[in-house]
Amino acid sequence: MSRKPVLEIRGLNVDYGLGDQAVHAIRDVTLTLHRGEVLGLAGESGSGKSTLAYGTTRLLPPPGVITGGEVIYHPSAGEPYDVLGLTDRQLRAFRWAETAIVFQGAMNSLNPVHKISTQLTDVLRAHDPRMGEKQRTERAREMLTLVGIAPDRMDAYPHQLSGGMRQRVMIGMALILQPQVVIMDEPTTALDVVMQRQILGQLIELRERLGFSVVFITHDLSLLVEFSDRIAIMYGGRIVEEAPAAAIYRDALHPYSRGLLGSFPALRGPRRELTGIPGSPPDLKGMPSGCSFHPRCPKAFDPCAGRIPVLAPGGDGRTVACWLHEEAR
Amino acid sequence: MKYFLQRLAFYAFTAWAAITLNFLIPRMVPGDPVQSLITKYQGQLSSQAIDSLYVLFGLDRDMSVGEEYVKYWQQLFRGDLGLSFTFFPTPVSEIISDSLPWTLWLVGITTVISFAIGTGLGVLAGWRRGSWTDGLLPVTTFLSSVPYFWLGIIAIYLFTGPDSFLPSSGGADIGLEPAWDQWFVPSAIQHGLLPALTILVSSVSGWILSMRNMMVTVSSEDYITVAHAKGLSDRRVALGYAARNALLPNVSGFALSLGFIVGGTLLVEIVFSYPGVGFQLFQALGAQDYPLMQGVFLVITISVLIANLLADVAYLLLDPRTRKEG
Repeated sequence: MSRKPVLEIRGLNVDYGLGDQAVHAIRDVTLTLHRGEVLGLAGESGSGKSTLAYGTTRLLPPPGVITGGEVIYHPSAGEPYDVLGLTDRQLRAFRWAETAIVFQGAMNSLNPVHKISTQLTDVLRAHDPRMGEKQRTERAREMLTLVGIAPDRMDAYPHQLSGGMRQRVMIGMALILQPQVVIMDEPTTALDVVMQRQILGQLIELRERLGFSVVFITHDLSLLVEFSDRIAIMYGGRIVEEAPAAAIYRDALHPYSRGLLGSFPALRGPRRELTGIPGSPPDLKGMPSGCSFHPRCPKAFDPCAGRIPVLAPGGDGRTVACWLHEEAR
Repeated sequence: MKYFLQRLAFYAFTAWAAITLNFLIPRMVPGDPVQSLITKYQGQLSSQAIDSLYVLFGLDRDMSVGEEYVKYWQQLFRGDLGLSFTFFPTPVSEIISDSLPWTLWLVGITTVISFAIGTGLGVLAGWRRGSWTDGLLPVTTFLSSVPYFWLGIIAIYLFTGPDSFLPSSGGADIGLEPAWDQWFVPSAIQHGLLPALTILVSSVSGWILSMRNMMVTVSSEDYITVAHAKGLSDRRVALGYAARNALLPNVSGFALSLGFIVGGTLLVEIVFSYPGVGFQLFQALGAQDYPLMQGVFLVITISVLIANLLADVAYLLLDPRTRKEG
């Protein structure tokens, strides 16, 4: 696989609110998405996964504010640029054409009063005003076919489609401008397991055909292990571990990653006890000192409560932020 | 279409019920119209006159309620609503058809303008919340709590007088016949201006508030975020996605307020002595003019029903989710 980066997040900080009241939802996150890869982003609710996705595309709902960092995008041709520095007009052109998003609430992602066709073609109209009406319709039909929906559903309204179909329409819509990056924010949470698999399988197949990169956000680590190339684990607004999917599955370095892996049954292999993680996710308003995971960590020791561990290489192209491994180095 | 027919049948039934009640209630009221007229003329009627009045009102023959009911419907279809006491012997239908256009023009135009301005400002205030437009809100809350008639009295006190351009009462200059000519129309506009502004000022804020609140609610929907993420222009997201969905509840409110055009601004018409339906109803109440009241109530009922039907149709057009197949 080529290791050329397509999206680099550097030292990103996102707050909700201003001043002393601000809640730091994303702290100093650095993450690189390479061309053509599927990067999984996992963590409990409130760990900042979605905020990270919204932050990089500047879609944060108020009172979310980006307080620092940069998001470098490498277009397929031309110089890399910082997404956070784009003007409104440039940002509109950037959105969807370069990075498309499939959202968490797939069921509500379509405007209930417009036909599917209208919602597919208005993207084209906004990004390429010179395209003719006929070409736009043609392209929209093509996308529906691509995601396995009969093109005669073009004139359907969202409420006439099932949840799975709506999510397929969203995926088709995300790919309509052939973006380089597709961010999937828990795209299958609202669907049943069979539909989840079908849609993900289709997505992976499309990715191989069209060659876009995927940021896949979910709390379902088992899904990530299966579908992604690399996995980043988030906790309390920070990335605590990042490694190839297989490496995480075989040998997670961070106790939190291990906890996550221990909380669901493996599809294959011997039976084992499900352990889970004691306690509950941290309150972002009053983060524990030092490593924010230490109150729940079974392996916490002296330095954990005092100092924040930094994300450092842990061998084999993986990084981890944990004092256990700091000492080992 | 089936849904539409169902609604239509429902409204036909409601109209029937309303008309039947309208028929029954006066018959449960003690006394009869001739007695009221006798009282009105204070014994100046000869016994012959009284007899002919009984014939005129159809009270000389002993009809069963059933027969009367059938006759009532027959009269209704001929547009015959009986004779007014106050303006005896003018038929009620004539009085209503004289006063209805005044009300329809004044309140109708004002309601449409008020809805258009209010909704427009509401969209703006909801979309740009947090900006200067939020300063509008306390003002609108205050204005929407002010009753029409009170504002009307204040307006008359402040803006009318012997040498003011704005007249304090009437629908047009005395002596002008309603017609589409260069004398009547400007005069009618001049007279309508103050009542119209009164209604506008106190009703527009309701539209602003409800539209703004809906815009704020809709703005947090997922499809709005998607629309932003799609890189659509701010205008397209605001109008095509947010306002288009936020409009739905306001449209039904609008259709309902159309129904109240006929009877809803009674007090404004009284304050400005405006020759509309509300003013006639006021006079009818004062004179115990039951036929006229009945006629006015009938017109109000039917207009509310028609407005409801319009609301249903508008909803069918605007919200695809209400369209049932088959």
